[in-house]
Amino acid sequence: MSSIIHEFLKFLPQEAVITGEESLRVYECDALSAYRELPACVVLPETVEQIQEILRICHQAGVPVVARGAGTGLSGGALPVADGVVLSLAKLNRILEIDPDLRLARVQPGVRNLSVSDAAAAYGLFYAPDPSSQVACTIGGNIAENSGGVHCLKYGLTVHNVMGLKVITIAGELIQIGGEALDSAGYDLLALMTGSEGMLGVVVEATLKLLPRPVHQQMLLAAFASVEEAGNGVADIIAAGVIPAGLEMMDNPGVRAVEAYVHAGYPTDAAAILLCELDGVPEEVAVESKQVIEILKNAGATEVRLARNKQEGERFWAGRKAAFPAVGRIAADYYCMDGTIPRKHIARVLQRITELSEEYELGVVNVFHAGDGNLHPLILYDVAIPGELERAEEFGGRILETCVEVGGTITGEHGVGIEKINQMCVQFKTEELTQFHAVKEAFDPQGLLNPGKAVPTLRRCAEYGAMHVHGGKLPFPDLERF
Amino acid sequence: MVPSHTDIAGFYDRLQQQVIAARASKSPLFIQGANSKQFYGGECEGDIVDMRPCRGIIHYDPTELVITAYAGTTIEEVERTLAEQGQMLPFEPPRFSKETTLGGAVAAGLSGPRRPYTGSVRDFVLGMKCLTGQGEILKFGGEVMKNVAGYDVSRLMTGAMGTLGILLEISLKVLPRPEYELALCKDLPLADSIRYMNTWGGKLLCISGATCDAVEVHLRLSGKQVAVEKALEGLEMHEDPAGLDYWRRLRDHQLGFFSLAAGESLWRISVPANRPMLAINGEWLIDWGGAQRWLKTTESASQIRALAQSLTGHATLFRSTGDRNETFHPLPGVIKRLHLQLKDAFDPDHILNRGRMYPDF
Repeated sequence: MSSIIHEFLKFLPQEAVITGEESLRVYECDALSAYRELPACVVLPETVEQIQEILRICHQAGVPVVARGAGTGLSGGALPVADGVVLSLAKLNRILEIDPDLRLARVQPGVRNLSVSDAAAAYGLFYAPDPSSQVACTIGGNIAENSGGVHCLKYGLTVHNVMGLKVITIAGELIQIGGEALDSAGYDLLALMTGSEGMLGVVVEATLKLLPRPVHQQMLLAAFASVEEAGNGVADIIAAGVIPAGLEMMDNPGVRAVEAYVHAGYPTDAAAILLCELDGVPEEVAVESKQVIEILKNAGATEVRLARNKQEGERFWAGRKAAFPAVGRIAADYYCMDGTIPRKHIARVLQRITELSEEYELGVVNVFHAGDGNLHPLILYDVAIPGELERAEEFGGRILETCVEVGGTITGEHGVGIEKINQMCVQFKTEELTQFHAVKEAFDPQGLLNPGKAVPTLRRCAEYGAMHVHGGKLPFPDLERF
Repeated sequence: MVPSHTDIAGFYDRLQQQVIAARASKSPLFIQGANSKQFYGGECEGDIVDMRPCRGIIHYDPTELVITAYAGTTIEEVERTLAEQGQMLPFEPPRFSKETTLGGAVAAGLSGPRRPYTGSVRDFVLGMKCLTGQGEILKFGGEVMKNVAGYDVSRLMTGAMGTLGILLEISLKVLPRPEYELALCKDLPLADSIRYMNTWGGKLLCISGATCDAVEVHLRLSGKQVAVEKALEGLEMHEDPAGLDYWRRLRDHQLGFFSLAAGESLWRISVPANRPMLAINGEWLIDWGGAQRWLKTTESASQIRALAQSLTGHATLFRSTGDRNETFHPLPGVIKRLHLQLKDAFDPDHILNRGRMYPDF
């Protein structure tokens, strides 16, 4: 290791190679702080050539490399490997070009998500994917995780909004994938690379699609006496041919936590509330608003509020956006899950979560990207109480397995990372995991890029399965999984 | 009619045995649906795998905006089923025959006029079940819209021309059909049309098609009627006498433009939408707001490819009466190596659609 640090120092300044334990602590985890590991060193290159050189050196020496953006990820995807190198892309933080004509932004990976939309605003454009961490999270990390946000139903995930990438392979080769045209020759490496959790290559530049900013937005808030009715309301909106820009649901514990925190005016006696954002030209939004109000009333809403102005609309949103910190006030710690389910099973899954909550004796709050079925149960625990963290993790695992059981997935937008690696064994069978490993090997035969994340070894699955079956807890082992 | 579970299980079983046998003898397999795109891609040899018995809708729940069907289902059946619920395939795959299958559409990865505005085939692929060249039936992605568990193999398979796996079952996101659509046109020289399409593409949210030929520019608007009518105000275009049928014929390559004279080839040139006209002799039809350019010409492949590449694009020999071995734009070194390694990862003996995409695999 000391020899590769010596190699790094040949082309990187002293301050760009971090080795002291105290300084390394900053990098020991991402936002999933239950998992921590000290790397051997952290490098902070400033140029593409430096990154190429770093990867060449690691490749030659057989040293693992974990790429890192802002470290806001929730699945431990940027967790360092002991004795490995953390490659921070933080200094590659420039917006290289906004092309209003082609409606594209060319950016470096360390650029913050929100700053792309900020830079595009002058041209009446915006970058659609808006993960809740958008003030801090970086585009490189968004690409690694295929991040979503609250506007996915209408505007898509990161994979739908990235046009091109410059990627460096583990051997240090610079490749161009996609670009400014709408497609490129050969296999869709752009889709494969998006969401690959830093396992296939290191993104050093991205060309992002920008969309014309809708001229008008309208927020609606609806209260329901049952989660089921709220779920039906969502289905009825879609069935009527309306695709809202945002469609969010929150259960009663969520509503109460938020209301106590930000006073958004939410009805605290509702079993669930729906937030619906419509956008477009004003005439269109007016017609759709009327339609949606009608639909929600017919679905049994006890109350439907139409935001009277921009400020009120923002207040409706503010509550949703403050959901996580609001929960942070009512519990010492919370653990955020990220399963996706077919929406029709929402009531069933929430019922199951309530049962599990009683079984594990831990509270839970549910916020839900209702439009696309992406559920974020927040499990409340206290790390200071022995055993609670472990119970919270096991509870979380059971929720994800429930998602798989109803035809959903263990992660909608946060990624597998290290956190959900055991649940990958539930969602995929051995042959599928083997195929994932073969894909990895096509790019990184030595397994040096972010090793141990995203795809479990078969051995790990065997151990997890054995442990689970032994505990009698593996649900539905014979179920065919979609 | 949907085949029974037993029929499908039997079909999959025979297919799996066929792949295993082909693997053992290293003899290629030629995967076919309706074979309506037989002109597209390199010449394929080998035993024909007919996917048409694998046909029918498996799940469709309009309120989930997701449909899952067997690969041999015709696009016609999928679209009819969706239309009954007021929904559609947003990527408008071309129907080169009435029998064109879903598997063929996804494997070829071709999208129609709506592509720049709502997305391509792969944008709407949510998951699939496929049979790899190793004889394994695997499932990737799923039936939900947000899913980041595992590498995105189903999107990798989209447009891979069947060279990575035989598609068996496919789940797609679908969208409501627009409440109102309008076809517009006006006379404009080609070079001006490219600018016109790019300018309006950045301003109007309801454009769902923008195309032009030597004399006219065509726009299609979709959405709420009030939004379409509002958009109309600034455009100074008139209603197209051919109506929406123009867009159907464009999508299915039934416009007069798409018939070739002897010796002519049809090229598909993909470039950034605002690039100027390419200096190549021939007849042009420019779609996707300038990003997909169809060219009928007798000029050489090397000249066309060099020019496309100089504009950071690529050129596909879409239809030709001559040699088809270099249909797709050649890949640069490292990318080519990654393609070969991926091919090896899914189909190590190169038995699936050998030569259909690139001569080496």
